[in-house]
Amino acid sequence: MQQPHNRFFFNVDWVTILIYMALCAIGFVNIFSVQYDPDKSEAFNFGAEYGKQLIFMISALILGLSILLLDSKFFSVFAPIVYGVTIILLIAVLVIGRNVGGNQAWIPIGSFRLQPSEFAKFGTALLLARYISSFNVKLNTLKPILICAAIIVLPMVLIMLQPDAGSMLVFLSFMFPLYREGLPGNLLIIFWGAVFLFILNLFVSPTLLILSILIIGGLFAYNGRKKVQKIINVGIITFVAIGYLFVAKYIFENVLKPHQRTRIELILGLTSDNRGAGYNVIQSKIAIGAGQLTGRGYLEGTQTKFGYVPAQSTDFIFSTIGEEWGFVGCFVVIGLYIFLLLRILNMAERQRSVFSRVYGYSIACILFFHVFINIGMTIGIMPVIGIPLPFISYGGSSLWSFTILLFIFLKLDSNRMGFI
Amino acid sequence: MDQLFNRKYIIQGLFILLALILLGRLFYIQIASDKYFLDANNNALRKKFIYPARGVITDRNGQVLAQNQPTYDLMVIPNEVKPFDTLSLCNIIGITMEDFRKKFNKAVVYSRYQPSIFQKLLSVQTYATLQERMANYKGFDVQKRTIRYYPDSIGGQLLGYIREANQREIEKHHGYYKPGDYIGKSGIEKQYEVELRGTKGVKNMLYNAHNIAQGSYADGKFDSSAVAGDQLITTIDVKIQKLGEQLLANKVGSIVAIEPATGEILAFVSSPAYDPNLMVGRETGNNYMKIFSNPYRPFFIRPLKGRYSPGSAFKPLSALIALQEGIIDEFSTFNCPGYYQVGKTRFRCEHIDGNIALRKGIARSCNTYFWSIFEKEMLKNGRKNQHKAYDEWQEKVRKFGIGDTLGIDFPGESSYKLFTAADYTNRYSKYWNYGTILSVAIGQGEISTTPLQMANIMAIIANRGYYIKPHLVKGIGDTKYIHPKYKEKHSAGVDARHYESVIDGMQDAVNSSIGTAKESQIPNLLMCGKTGTVQNNHGKNHSVFIGFAPRNNPKIAIAVIVENGGYGGAYAAPMASFITEKYLTDSLKGRRINGATIEQYKAANLLPVLKDKLPKQKLKIDTNKIDTTKKTVPLKSTTANNQLNKVAIAPKNNATAA
Repeated sequence: MQQPHNRFFFNVDWVTILIYMALCAIGFVNIFSVQYDPDKSEAFNFGAEYGKQLIFMISALILGLSILLLDSKFFSVFAPIVYGVTIILLIAVLVIGRNVGGNQAWIPIGSFRLQPSEFAKFGTALLLARYISSFNVKLNTLKPILICAAIIVLPMVLIMLQPDAGSMLVFLSFMFPLYREGLPGNLLIIFWGAVFLFILNLFVSPTLLILSILIIGGLFAYNGRKKVQKIINVGIITFVAIGYLFVAKYIFENVLKPHQRTRIELILGLTSDNRGAGYNVIQSKIAIGAGQLTGRGYLEGTQTKFGYVPAQSTDFIFSTIGEEWGFVGCFVVIGLYIFLLLRILNMAERQRSVFSRVYGYSIACILFFHVFINIGMTIGIMPVIGIPLPFISYGGSSLWSFTILLFIFLKLDSNRMGFI
Repeated sequence: MDQLFNRKYIIQGLFILLALILLGRLFYIQIASDKYFLDANNNALRKKFIYPARGVITDRNGQVLAQNQPTYDLMVIPNEVKPFDTLSLCNIIGITMEDFRKKFNKAVVYSRYQPSIFQKLLSVQTYATLQERMANYKGFDVQKRTIRYYPDSIGGQLLGYIREANQREIEKHHGYYKPGDYIGKSGIEKQYEVELRGTKGVKNMLYNAHNIAQGSYADGKFDSSAVAGDQLITTIDVKIQKLGEQLLANKVGSIVAIEPATGEILAFVSSPAYDPNLMVGRETGNNYMKIFSNPYRPFFIRPLKGRYSPGSAFKPLSALIALQEGIIDEFSTFNCPGYYQVGKTRFRCEHIDGNIALRKGIARSCNTYFWSIFEKEMLKNGRKNQHKAYDEWQEKVRKFGIGDTLGIDFPGESSYKLFTAADYTNRYSKYWNYGTILSVAIGQGEISTTPLQMANIMAIIANRGYYIKPHLVKGIGDTKYIHPKYKEKHSAGVDARHYESVIDGMQDAVNSSIGTAKESQIPNLLMCGKTGTVQNNHGKNHSVFIGFAPRNNPKIAIAVIVENGGYGGAYAAPMASFITEKYLTDSLKGRRINGATIEQYKAANLLPVLKDKLPKQKLKIDTNKIDTTKKTVPLKSTTANNQLNKVAIAPKNNATAA
């Protein structure tokens, strides 16, 4: 049931586009506020960040609308090529990229800088969707799982070489689309259990931790005492967990870089450092806290305007929202995101093609990962790993990449009754 | 796929759950907790203070004792400094290029964006020169400040000094002071700190992360302007304060003069003194250490903290109590054979007067007479009740302000213990009697007073029975406010009619041929007084005189203590005489006392010789040694007779006398 070409705009989900534009507008308004100086009443400045952001927004919208004009099949067909190109860019950036702040993440093109790791997200999403939608892939068997893992891990490794831990961690969000498509839940539990143990390992003394693991293991073994196999399984898991503790400790102390260790320790409250890595978070929390219920009012934020919060317009833009618009503003922004993401999930479920569904889940999870980590780090419950707030943070690469991610899905959705 | 379709809800649920965690945390930071809101204000909102002029301190006639003098600090903001002719700046402010580099580096280390002091306390002349060329020195600025200036260089201990507040003071004053603010540290500057300092003005400024001002907060709605400190009119009379300091130069001692009718302190001299101007300006720290390490302890405020036995000066008080109780009257006579006998022990009296009554007893300071009164006093309820009688007696002594604080408006007044019967029982077991504590009867032994208390006793006698708490401030600010407690009369518990006969004796002490201070008589003025010679275990006796003048409608009550001055008539009485004359007639006739002119008294050096290593000395109470004030010794040599003071005394014990 191919859609007639002239009716194609009717099938696009305009509500999503409206939310998208609303979030972009919120971003622009707040970036303007960061730079606004009441003493200098100068004309609109395209050289300033807000001016550039306006250009990015307009170009992103044009980019998005032109994606809507492409054929749906294009994405499925060209997925491996797009993936290949992003991988090449990720390698290229290691060679010709510019080093900014310790990360070799940018390729300079004219006056703009391209960040390949942003584009690797939808490349990976497309290829993953393409692979899972291919015939007879069952995600509860080993081989497909390994192939999916390879698709995801390859860009992660390349990004880690830059090294950009934040962007690398974003790829963990692909776990959830895989879960939706049949990845055994136990794997997820084991993975997040490992992360949990890793964190606990930093807090609690090893003796206590080993004892508690043994006790819990013992309880499970007692519970399943009638089946020998179960007892054996529990025993194996218990000892693997204990062994893991030592490996994790070793990784933390010898593999991680000092600044990464510091950040992990900071977020877990093991150390406090007012001027170093903790400074951003403290200042950001102060700014947000200053907003109280209704905020200080637009352009009235003192913390955010006077340069107390570093990376104000990019990673910490949420602190401006928090200070100037208060809890109400934060609630609206988070509400918009959740509305958008749940809508994407629902839209994904109504797709007839597996490709579209996997892709929909992928972008929803990527966006959510960004939103949760970014806002979480501005309020001090997540480590500062430097990833942007989708659609709102200043920056061309991230805005374009999120736009492309979203609009490809909108295109797929507009064609949901068709076959890809 | 149905089973897998349910996984949608798990993922959706995860999204919603995590979003709720974010909102919960935001709710805590923004609404539930005030901490971050307050931190934000600390962050960006900075109070800029405008310092008011400190109140001027004047004497009772409006003559300025402490005023403010403008001074200028050269400030620098390193970030704004452009290349310039550094040598010319160095020449103007009088530093070398080497100094310049050091100071500039120090400023850079402090802050590149914030002004810091480059050179402190420039003179007005330097400021004027600098001001003309300021345009050449970008990044430099001159900030005006005021410092204290004392035109007469008198009253160092009295006025006190101001220095930067320390942490304890900052905490004590609940946030008024910041580090670097000045606060009165001693004397009147400390006592009246709140009135003198005025109120700081506040300008609420917004600052960015580099500490650069971004404008005023809320258009200055919460700003306030500075209110200058109140002017303080003290009770001091400059001319006698100055004369007192001159007379006590190179001596250890104290002079306190009080206007009896009002309790106003006219002179408050503590010697050795120091020039208050030393505690101002660039050299304050060094000067402070110099004064502090002076073995004669100029920072020790002797009028208030010096602890002296009153000696014979106590006798009028003893007589008054006996008169009030009716134990004696003015005609009661006692026989003085030249000694006084208790049991088998004889205590010497310096003179043999035969039968002697009150008037002569005081004029000649007869010990036997006063011991006899004391004996009668103690035995009034029979031999068994001596302890009770003593307690009643010491209660009456207390009414004259001994053994307690007087409540002067000056920091650091402390009370000295006056022994009760129980205290003596502790010391001697319960078998003590009046003979054991005979020295108390003549103002030695366990009685100790401060010069201020001695002057106050004179004020009581001058007033015939009451005193007003002595105080140093006459009026604060435009309203001339004074605490009401400095207007209340306090009775000493002796009826007015008993005073005249005692005053008769005191008049004779100065104005008759038999008097102990007859040399100090003032022409055409009736000064009444009493000498004292206080036994000093560590060296020559302390010379003491207390008195008031004129006899009728007294205007001044005075106490003079000259440590190691010998007889009361030798130094203390002449000094009191000069000061009284100066105060009441506003002139000095150029007369000689004991053959010496006032200039010779000023020049005399009585500072005790100090040994390098001082043995630890305990305060010994010697009840047998008693003062003798029979005659004044004419001053043979008015220059320093340091050789006489062979026995070294510990500076700590300077002011304490047995």
